[in-house]
Amino acid sequence: MFVARSIPADHKDLIHDVSYDFHGRRMATCSSDQSVKVWDKGENGEWHCTASWKTHSGSVWRVTWAHPEFGQVLASCSFDRTAAVWEEIVGESNDKQRGQSHWIKRTTLVDSRTSVTDVKFAPKHMGLMLTTCSADGVVRIYEAPDVMNLSQWSLQHEISCKLSCSCISWNPSSSRAHSPMLAVGSDDNNPNLVGKVHIYEYNENTRKYAKAETLSMVTDPVHDVAFAPNLGRSFHVLAVATKDVCIFNLVPLRKEPSSTSGPTKFDIQTVAQFEHHNSQVWRVSWNITSTLLASSGDDGCVRLWKANYMGNWKCTGILKGDGTPVNGTSNQHGMLTSPLGSANQTIQGSLNGTSASRYFFPPLEPPRAGSRWSSYAQLLPPPTLIEQTCDADTASHQLPHPRRRYTTRPLNPLPENEGD
Amino acid sequence: MWEIEELDVEPITTVIPWVNSSKSRLGFEWGPGDMLFYETVKGGGPKGKVCPLIHVVRKDEEMYSPILRKLFNESHHIFVGLQRSQEESASKPKTHQFVSISKNYRSVIRACIEELQHIAVSSAVSALTAQDYNQISILLAVELIWNLCEILFIEAAPAGTLLLHLLDWVQVHNAGVDDEAQELLHSEDPAQHPKFWDVVICYVLQGRIQEARQLLAKQATQKPAASSMFKTMDGLLKKMPVFNPSGNQTLTEFELKWGHWHEECNRHLEDSSFASNSNMETVCKILLGDKDTLLSQKKHLTNWYHFLVTQLLYTHPAVKPQDLQYYAQECMDMFLKNQIEPEPLDSILLAAFKFDILQVIKDCSIALNNWWFVAHLTDLLDHCRLLQSHNLHFGSNLREFLLLEYASGLFTHHSLWQLAVDYFDYCPEFGKAYLELHIERVSLDTERKALKVLRICEQRQMTEQVRSICKIMAKKSLHNNRLGSALSWSIRAKDAGFATLISDRFLEDYCSRGSFSDLELIDNLGTSMLLSDRLTFLGKYCEFHRLYGEKRFTEAAKLLLSLMTARLAPRSFWMTLLTDALPLLEQKKVIFSAEQTYELMQCLEELTSSDQNEHPSEQEDDIEITKVELLRLALARNLASAIVQEGSVNAF
Repeated sequence: MFVARSIPADHKDLIHDVSYDFHGRRMATCSSDQSVKVWDKGENGEWHCTASWKTHSGSVWRVTWAHPEFGQVLASCSFDRTAAVWEEIVGESNDKQRGQSHWIKRTTLVDSRTSVTDVKFAPKHMGLMLTTCSADGVVRIYEAPDVMNLSQWSLQHEISCKLSCSCISWNPSSSRAHSPMLAVGSDDNNPNLVGKVHIYEYNENTRKYAKAETLSMVTDPVHDVAFAPNLGRSFHVLAVATKDVCIFNLVPLRKEPSSTSGPTKFDIQTVAQFEHHNSQVWRVSWNITSTLLASSGDDGCVRLWKANYMGNWKCTGILKGDGTPVNGTSNQHGMLTSPLGSANQTIQGSLNGTSASRYFFPPLEPPRAGSRWSSYAQLLPPPTLIEQTCDADTASHQLPHPRRRYTTRPLNPLPENEGD
Repeated sequence: MWEIEELDVEPITTVIPWVNSSKSRLGFEWGPGDMLFYETVKGGGPKGKVCPLIHVVRKDEEMYSPILRKLFNESHHIFVGLQRSQEESASKPKTHQFVSISKNYRSVIRACIEELQHIAVSSAVSALTAQDYNQISILLAVELIWNLCEILFIEAAPAGTLLLHLLDWVQVHNAGVDDEAQELLHSEDPAQHPKFWDVVICYVLQGRIQEARQLLAKQATQKPAASSMFKTMDGLLKKMPVFNPSGNQTLTEFELKWGHWHEECNRHLEDSSFASNSNMETVCKILLGDKDTLLSQKKHLTNWYHFLVTQLLYTHPAVKPQDLQYYAQECMDMFLKNQIEPEPLDSILLAAFKFDILQVIKDCSIALNNWWFVAHLTDLLDHCRLLQSHNLHFGSNLREFLLLEYASGLFTHHSLWQLAVDYFDYCPEFGKAYLELHIERVSLDTERKALKVLRICEQRQMTEQVRSICKIMAKKSLHNNRLGSALSWSIRAKDAGFATLISDRFLEDYCSRGSFSDLELIDNLGTSMLLSDRLTFLGKYCEFHRLYGEKRFTEAAKLLLSLMTARLAPRSFWMTLLTDALPLLEQKKVIFSAEQTYELMQCLEELTSSDQNEHPSEQEDDIEITKVELLRLALARNLASAIVQEGSVNAF
């Protein structure tokens, strides 16, 4: 893995969330500067900011895209106690010429009396539904009954969690076998109030969401939860960011014929629990097929977790800052002069592919006298490949220690006695 | 916590520049083929102006190498061919078929290597990057491993034949001697060339006896004094028994014969037949498989596996597969004795010699980080039923796990994703789910690309994805005000609500502009117009305009009326329809019959009586009233003429 480019986001304060759209061609950023920006990826892979507007009167915590079936729609939530829905419209022709797009506010959801901490669209098979959670412990589910008219949203459900809510995640499974389900995490730091993750399930008969399960083993504040794509499995997988990174399997128990109306009960199995961050974990997120989980902690690292074919999870990658101070000036052209150390490391990373999930070849063979391929290695031109300008003295590019180059591991060792 | 046995494999650290300190918090976002990182809570340091950066971290730039792309394309054909041949043939496939598939894979790797080397030779140095050089070396290693796996696992050569294959393997991968031999033979006096004996010894080490003899003959003619020595050596080389797998000779007969020959060599050494020429003596010692002599030729052997094969050739030419591991371990230890730890390639080859297939796959995955290789090799080995004993409780087996990883990687590429589809098709457990998750993320930049994705989904009955793609495209077209395209996509999506909405937009456009866009599309709706009532109305209404344009007034009039009487037309559109009737009513020829005129009148009355409930603005009201008056007048006139005409017809 290597840093291919760095984009000056031009926010006037810290960024709180960056969100790719469904196809990965656009992204939205939000910040404490109360604005949201939309970026479009050009043919050459460059990102261009095509819209930037003030969205709230407080820090914007999260920004998220609706499924493209519903058009170009964003939702944001803020410290200002509101969530808002935005839709891109075809603007004035001179807007288009300037490469700008136009977003208009379709609705402001003002039901919360405290900071709205998370906002998520429900899976698309449920229609256009938006969920918010807030510090006052209420999860609200809104629906746009007419998907062509996004200015009308009705509050469908209000779930009181009684604990300050920090995050929500919908189970993406669209199987008819599963009722709509969402997980809610709480950052309440009272250890006596056990169970900081609650699972709510929709009941077809009562037409209400009811608590199906509390993850009583999670007693520390929770800052993120993430359901994995279902992949046709009979059970669900949930990642939790708390004082450590946890992965749980939620295995539905067979319902008693007499209690068909009650919520599903689950056998909750802890699949993995990692304390590597050694600190509060803030985010957990799965890749598309949930073969990789990424987590971010207060140790300044993002860690990548991967299961081998035996289902054993291991840390395969760490991403962290290089420790160079930010000098507070940003170059208008997006070309930043690299501090010496970081440029070296970046180049090493790009040449030697020291990554956990790169798919191809880091150099296998160090030059070895007489072996056939060593003759090519000797012809290596000096490394000059990096998109950023770099004033570093090329002579200082050191090859990494040879051992380090082989430590990539997409596949974990096969435990000899596993599963006995 | 880390388990002790896994301490050796550490996660890889990637450093992100300009992120302040270990106290800061990194935010991240998964993307297609990359990840985004940003500082979301600032670590220590002076508070002040921030310049938030978003860092794009990539992982698979090799995917974009045009030569590797060829590797992916070609191997995809072989892969699909293998899966199909398995589906079609009921009988258990023959070993030779697998060997030929394995050879196909290897020739694709070879072609890539050659192409890269060709570029290296023919173009400026700058054309090849460090990565290209790395790729050459890695492809060479991959081919070396694959070839050995082919011999040991796929061909599963028995004793006797085994060594012949291993010799080929060593010869192919240590072909440097051929270049030196060419140089030698083209020199003025080959026999006096400083590298003469190097080449001879190399040939002998590789068991290339014919070539060695030819060279030695050149030396012999120049040294008549030593002719008997050369004759003796030539005799030994000529007599060296080589196992012929297709011959009638049994392995025991061969071993017996070989034993006699070995003794003869030994006799000559003890006789000091070659004592006068140290090089000849070395050759003789090599023929006897003398370990110390062989190890003194390290620079010619270049690697331990060459040493292994040479030693086996001259000591155990009928080595059994199951005994290989002992010799391999011994030779490796002897050859690499100064090296503390073997290189990954050494461990992989050793695992292969030990027939530890899983270890080979595992080590390759770690060392190469190359899903292409492990996925294809594992698939082939699985087809050879070599992995059957390893049922994995992960649910998916190792083959599928690796194929899924490889294909997922392909999906991040803007064109290679199409290859990945076939790989997912042949992953029975999770392939479908993976394909569904990946294919819906393919960005539908153009209609052409959308149609391509759509076809793939349709072929696989992925109805939800088909619907979703059409819906997205319909929405996109509407967003860009391309109503025709939006309509045809929503018809494909069978989305009645959206079709109604777009039909309304068409009708609105017609009302404001007086003409239809995309008339051809609407004219050719056929049965698909039945998707929604509004769409049916739109289609029929356009048909009315067509009939009218073709001056088929009677039919047009009948259709127009039926649109209202069948309640197909939305009430809001009735006034437009009635207005459309005006020119027909005012034709000289009677078009609406008396009965039809009554019906039109009824429609008008129904409309005006219901309209009274609403209160449009006064100005609009005036226009409406005038329109209604005009219509009433026209209807009354037409009724009069119709009655007269119908009466006169009846009179006859």
